Amino acid sequence: MSDTAWTPDQPLVSIRDVHKSFGDLEVLKGVSLDVMKGEVICIIGPSGSGKSTLIRCVNALNTIDRGSIMVEGQEVHDPDLDKLELRKKVGMVFQQYNLFPHKTALENVMMAPLKVLKQPPDEVEKRARALIDRVNLTGKEGAYPGELSGGQQQRVAIARSLAMNPDVMLFDEVTAALDPETVNEVLLAIKDLAQDGMTCILVTHEMGFAREVADHIYFTDRGIIVEHGPPTTFFSEAKDPRTQEFLSQIL
Amino acid sequence: MKYPLQGNTDLAVLKPFNYSPAGSVQDLQFSRWLAEFSPRSLLWLALLACLWPGIVLAQSNYTMAQALDALWRWLPFVVSKGFVLNLVVSFLTMLIGTIAGVILGLGQISPIRAVARTSWFVTQLFRNSPWLVLLFIVMLAFPFEITIGSTVYQIPDWLKAVFGLALPIMANISEIVRGAIQSVPTGQWEAAESLAYTRQQTLWLVILPQCFKRMIPPWMNWYAILTMATPLISLLGVEEIVTLSRQAMEAEDNHPELLVPFFGFALIIFFAYCYPIARYTLRLEKRFAIIQ
Amino acid sequence: MNGFQQFFYDLAQEHPKWNFIYFYDPTQTERVVDGFWMTVQLSVICVILSVIIGVIGAWIQGAHSKTLRLVMQGYIQFFRNTPPLIQLMFFYFALGQFTPTYSPDGWLEVPIISNVGWAIISLSFFAGAFNVEIFRAGIEAVPESTQEAAEALGMNRLQIYIYVVLPLAFRVSLPALNNNLVNLVKTTTQALAIAVPELLYQMISIYNDYSTAQNACMLLLFIAYIVLVGILVFGMHRWERHMRIPGYGV
Repeated sequence: MSDTAWTPDQPLVSIRDVHKSFGDLEVLKGVSLDVMKGEVICIIGPSGSGKSTLIRCVNALNTIDRGSIMVEGQEVHDPDLDKLELRKKVGMVFQQYNLFPHKTALENVMMAPLKVLKQPPDEVEKRARALIDRVNLTGKEGAYPGELSGGQQQRVAIARSLAMNPDVMLFDEVTAALDPETVNEVLLAIKDLAQDGMTCILVTHEMGFAREVADHIYFTDRGIIVEHGPPTTFFSEAKDPRTQEFLSQIL
Repeated sequence: MKYPLQGNTDLAVLKPFNYSPAGSVQDLQFSRWLAEFSPRSLLWLALLACLWPGIVLAQSNYTMAQALDALWRWLPFVVSKGFVLNLVVSFLTMLIGTIAGVILGLGQISPIRAVARTSWFVTQLFRNSPWLVLLFIVMLAFPFEITIGSTVYQIPDWLKAVFGLALPIMANISEIVRGAIQSVPTGQWEAAESLAYTRQQTLWLVILPQCFKRMIPPWMNWYAILTMATPLISLLGVEEIVTLSRQAMEAEDNHPELLVPFFGFALIIFFAYCYPIARYTLRLEKRFAIIQ
Repeated sequence: MNGFQQFFYDLAQEHPKWNFIYFYDPTQTERVVDGFWMTVQLSVICVILSVIIGVIGAWIQGAHSKTLRLVMQGYIQFFRNTPPLIQLMFFYFALGQFTPTYSPDGWLEVPIISNVGWAIISLSFFAGAFNVEIFRAGIEAVPESTQEAAEALGMNRLQIYIYVVLPLAFRVSLPALNNNLVNLVKTTTQALAIAVPELLYQMISIYNDYSTAQNACMLLLFIAYIVLVGILVFGMHRWERHMRIPGYGV
């Protein structure tokens, strides 16, 4: 459906001059960034700076007012967008896990491939068990979300997203609602994913994690990207005073 | 606020279940919509709604205009003799039912086990029986007359009906009282006890004043339900609005065209009486919910 | 006459006030059984229809069209704030006269909707009006974020409604639904007003025919409905427990 076929040497996600307002409040004022296949990028910044809105626009949970977001050559900002096609490519994990409370961990992981992709049950179950295994939750397949800790629930949510075999994963402050002692297990699961070559876009407050895992870091404030760079230079050589102030508060 | 389905995480998995027996916040839309009409056009609209089947029957010789004319002539009689009796029955029933219900409700939380069990049993028995069955039983079981001293008092049917309707009201008020008292945190009882209040003093001076307010909305809701149950006594021959409407239709030679206007009118008059109560109940409920 | 029947027959001879005629007179037994069966049928059909009305109505209340929502509100408010008995009579007597008739034997004209039919329609709409509100409250209790997660997994609106919203909404709605259905079963007695031969109607006919059976009939009525409601409450509570999601206290 796109004009030119996408090839892996082009950006997997390409965000160009995106504007977005909620009523009178403009939360994105012309944001542009590219994510190549296999790249891990982290978006940091004070709350209310539009980071979450930006990644929610990538899988069309929010619409944009102006600009363009391309995922594998497919324009997201398109009224005739095939949302299912998009969401097969883009997985998302939320701050508040948002597991389906009436389904077990295994059922949560299996639900979308079964109901949306209509794949055969035994194949889906095999893959789901492997994914639960991968996020280190073997033995918890039959547990309901209410019986799991926050960290465990968030790992199920990651497995649930992976079950759709996405090409890119979005993480929206996935550790913000967790108890400090369970943050690490979730970060480990994401790191494992990143090292496997999964393209990831993370909105996070975990600076240590960003420094370790990210290929590129973007700092946003009041709807624009103030500064960006690879972690090696980003933390030590921040030029903009807003970035410096933010980093001094958080590090 | 009660959050159902709260897990062992502090995230509410489901938001509060916002259902009130008295109606919903969305009602506001409807009442606003209603408020946009002038009273006169509302009356026309109501009439029109009742008339539509009549328009289908335009070819019959007894016209809808004649039927409406008949309704107009009988209206003062049906309202002043019929609907007023419905209201009298509803007031009296509510009075008796409330007094008996409060006693039964207090009985349910009695420290004496036998009293508590019996009160609970009586409450469940009358709460779960159909009103009509209770009405029939009371009508048949009650004597026609009672003798006090040397005078014989005839008990009119409608008074017997009051007792019949008071039974389920009593049981439901009993549940309201029990629920309201148990919703007061136990800390209140303990605090009063440590101040050397007796159980009776605690109940009357500390607990009941606190839960009095939250008993009002459900109490009003039951009043509306009761009012809507009063036409049941027509099945036992009491001359209230339904009985009188049927008598009026008979006097007008039972033309089928009369049915829609007469029954339609009965529906409308109950709606006009009960809907404002439901609205007001809902408003009180919301106000008390904020205060708490 | 077997021993059981003989016992009640003798009892009636000795104590004329306690004439359990339906225990020894097969004709009366049949009337009781027929009445009970009619009550059960009426209850089950109305429960099912009213739940269907509730689900569809709650869906309509979430619709974009303002007109649709207003019509729905009108329906709910009308049925909630008018007496069910007069609703029954209005449906049967007032609207019933406009139903087309058919002639099974070429002689008699029979309306296509019988009094039982009207009772089912009227009672279902009555209980349905409450169910719409109950389900609406249940649906509103499902957080947008959970629906958003389903959306991010590629589900369309219908799939989200069926697999996520309804199962959760149904669980929160169950206790209120339970109360309403109990109320519905109790309200079926009012179908007596349009001569539906349910249990109350049959019992009244029996003691009209045999005035000595009055006490026995009232006793049976009282117990029968307590048992009927008890079974429903018991079943619904078991169902509630079964539907409870482990790890979440309600």
